[in-house]
Amino acid sequence: MVTAKDIPGKNCISLILDDQPCLAAETVNHPEEPILLLAHADCRMLRKAVDAVSIEYEPLPPVHTMEESERQSTIIWGTDNAFKSYLVEKGDVEAVWKDAAHIVEGEYFTGAQEQLYIENNGVIAAFDPEDGVTVWGSLQCPYYVHKALMALCGLPEDKIRVVQMETGGAFGGKEEYPSMIAGHAALLSIKSQRPVKIVYDRMEDMVATTKRHPSRTRHRTAVSKDGQILGGEIEFTIDGGAYATLSSVVLSRGTIHAGGPYYWPSVRIRAKAVATNTPPHGAFRGFGAPQSLFAMERHMDHIAQVAGISPVEVRRRNFLKPGQTTTTEQTIREDIDLDHLLGRALELSDYAAKKARFAEENRSGMRKKGMGIAAFLHGAGFTGSGERYLNSLVGVEAGADGGVRVLVSSAEFGQGTNTVLCQIAAEALALPYEGVMIARPDTTVVPNSGPTVASRTAMIVGTLVQSAAQGIKQTLMKTGLLGDNYTPEQFRASCGQFIRTHGALKSYARYEAPGDVYWDDEKYRGEAYAAFAWAVYVAEVSVDLTTYAVTVDDFVALQEVGKVLHPVLAEGQITGGVAQAIGFALYEKVVWQNGRMINNQMTNYIMPTSADLPPIRVFFEQLGNVHGAHGAKGIGELPMDGPAPAIVNGVEDAIGVRFRSIPLLPEDVFEALQPEPPRQQGPSSTRGTT
Amino acid sequence: MNPSPGTGTKCQILFTVNGEARKVLAHPMERLLDVLRNDLALKGTKEGCGEGECGSCSVLLDGMLVNSCLVPVVQATGASIVTIEGMSAQALMIPLQEAFLECGGTQCGICTPGMILAAVHLLEKTPEPAPADIREGLAGNLCRCTGYQQIFEAVAMAARRMVRK
Repeated sequence: MVTAKDIPGKNCISLILDDQPCLAAETVNHPEEPILLLAHADCRMLRKAVDAVSIEYEPLPPVHTMEESERQSTIIWGTDNAFKSYLVEKGDVEAVWKDAAHIVEGEYFTGAQEQLYIENNGVIAAFDPEDGVTVWGSLQCPYYVHKALMALCGLPEDKIRVVQMETGGAFGGKEEYPSMIAGHAALLSIKSQRPVKIVYDRMEDMVATTKRHPSRTRHRTAVSKDGQILGGEIEFTIDGGAYATLSSVVLSRGTIHAGGPYYWPSVRIRAKAVATNTPPHGAFRGFGAPQSLFAMERHMDHIAQVAGISPVEVRRRNFLKPGQTTTTEQTIREDIDLDHLLGRALELSDYAAKKARFAEENRSGMRKKGMGIAAFLHGAGFTGSGERYLNSLVGVEAGADGGVRVLVSSAEFGQGTNTVLCQIAAEALALPYEGVMIARPDTTVVPNSGPTVASRTAMIVGTLVQSAAQGIKQTLMKTGLLGDNYTPEQFRASCGQFIRTHGALKSYARYEAPGDVYWDDEKYRGEAYAAFAWAVYVAEVSVDLTTYAVTVDDFVALQEVGKVLHPVLAEGQITGGVAQAIGFALYEKVVWQNGRMINNQMTNYIMPTSADLPPIRVFFEQLGNVHGAHGAKGIGELPMDGPAPAIVNGVEDAIGVRFRSIPLLPEDVFEALQPEPPRQQGPSSTRGTT
Repeated sequence: MNPSPGTGTKCQILFTVNGEARKVLAHPMERLLDVLRNDLALKGTKEGCGEGECGSCSVLLDGMLVNSCLVPVVQATGASIVTIEGMSAQALMIPLQEAFLECGGTQCGICTPGMILAAVHLLEKTPEPAPADIREGLAGNLCRCTGYQQIFEAVAMAARRMVRK
């Protein structure tokens, strides 16, 4: 049995602010907060043990919504319930209102979403007085867990070992939470002096672990008479739950993506992450961007209506072009042509013909059809100065038999990391793919190449793998053991010779920020990302007026992600991301009661099955060349951003109702279509105004 | 939460697993999934949801595709069970594995054992499945990574190759 008193080090899950305790000592701030740990040699006995525990709570006033939190009548975190806020200011927004032909307002909401990896969170910890703590687990970021365990266990760097085991899906859900469960297993192991295994069951995993941050975005946009954005204000708020965890970083990405792929001559973005008494929300594929981009892309359709132009035209008139600047005043240097991408997506989806046909056919029948578009971007790698702070290190080593091993802390959990990084190393060394292996991410074996997040692995870590691999080649060439145009056999022989003389052959590469990158953390201005991936998605949807269910009938996903390193894996990232985003838009609703998810089962939290999804047609275009591993840009998160707004835009096209909130369930459609009294979806009464 | 301790006394249960006669001592209401994983160390059968929604724990029980998390072990008395470990003897296995690899039918891999069992079950009954048959045949198996499309392609490709042989 372990309580907070048994913690040898600092009682916190060390991450950014260290505000989250590993075990509550005096106060619990959300319904799933751990207080007491119990372990038994026969896990079936634990049910009895749990029944024997009684905890008395003295209730304090709770805060369960963003609005309550913002009102600050009850303070549950810091002095103002705000984990973080950002202010982005470009140009003079105050000057634009007077010239506006239209001022378009809108308020948009997205709900929490569970990552729902099919393998729940689980770890094994073993303590040894000599070696310290070892943890094997299903996780994304071995060095996050390593850092958290050093603080918690009060042990030095070399007395903590973290090993990533085969991981059955993650999607961000195993970015920060594994530090918590690993901490619990480590504490139990230290106290019991035995190995301890903790594997959550589905209900525990869904109720207690992190989810996508719920969000609210308000837009107020000045638009010219021909539909050009003159400037505007965006207010982006996310619910961070009870502790700071990664909310500041999620907020950052959401803030930077809030203006979409459009040119804003002036803009003011106010963003805030607020505290509520729910389990902390956390990393989930897209990381803030799907939230603010949902709002932006729904708002664009609204602007189109107010300006009296089509959803296609409003986007064409506002797209960012090379040489223009983003909301953070990053100059677009990539050779991107969004007009071309849009045109191609419309062609591939047969947009114009279908839209016209549906408008005709929708006059009768109970099945209404519509077409929706979303255009968007996703920045690859850590935001702003993030990559500089991470300072990632990557190794490549060769054995005496010429076998090459890539040493990175980047974890494989289905995205194809192992395949792609080995491909890059093999290419750099002119070896067959089979000649390169990847080391298991084990903190005693691999250097810290940063967390496996933020669509950074292929682009950032891949580039480092490439240069570390080249280092091996250069070493062999410099010592005269290897000539130009070598064969794999010559490479193997030279490795053997080198190792017989020098003992080992390893090469490391460390991240170096490109010299010309400017980012101001205070003003939130500058080069937010080294590269953006760009996309236009088109959804063909039907709304069944008998069941009120929305289905997606066809889906075109067209993107520009630089060089596609592995076409099959890349396509799998897109189809999987689109499927998850269809769930985000239409099926997956977290039902909250007093800060707790009450539908924490796969039976009543519904993710898409094979019967729910349309054909997802994936297309890649390569328009320019970026610096990076063979010109590859980040890809993993991009497909999470666009489907939800494309689908809801399609629903509006089909039935003419302006939904502003997801998930959009049949009951929401039903409610909106009731004749009297006219009801608005969502808690707000703000309407678009002209 | 952990499985509840079985009530009553343990009983001896005899069944065939992957062609081998096995004998286990278990509480009658223990889940077949737990007996396979813990008593017989057949860890290829995965638990995803524990309530018959996700299909990760699929096994064949007398030729039927079942969720082993929903089967009390006593119900398997005398039955013939095939788990993913027993699939290596199946003729369909090689084309299925190859097709899953070529098409990207596996990402994280946790749903793969169940998907393979569902696919074998389908292809044994329907050697030349239409796309709708594949979609329906796999509808009881959830995958969070792929969006299913590449799994459908893999099953269709394996079927084509088997029919050609």
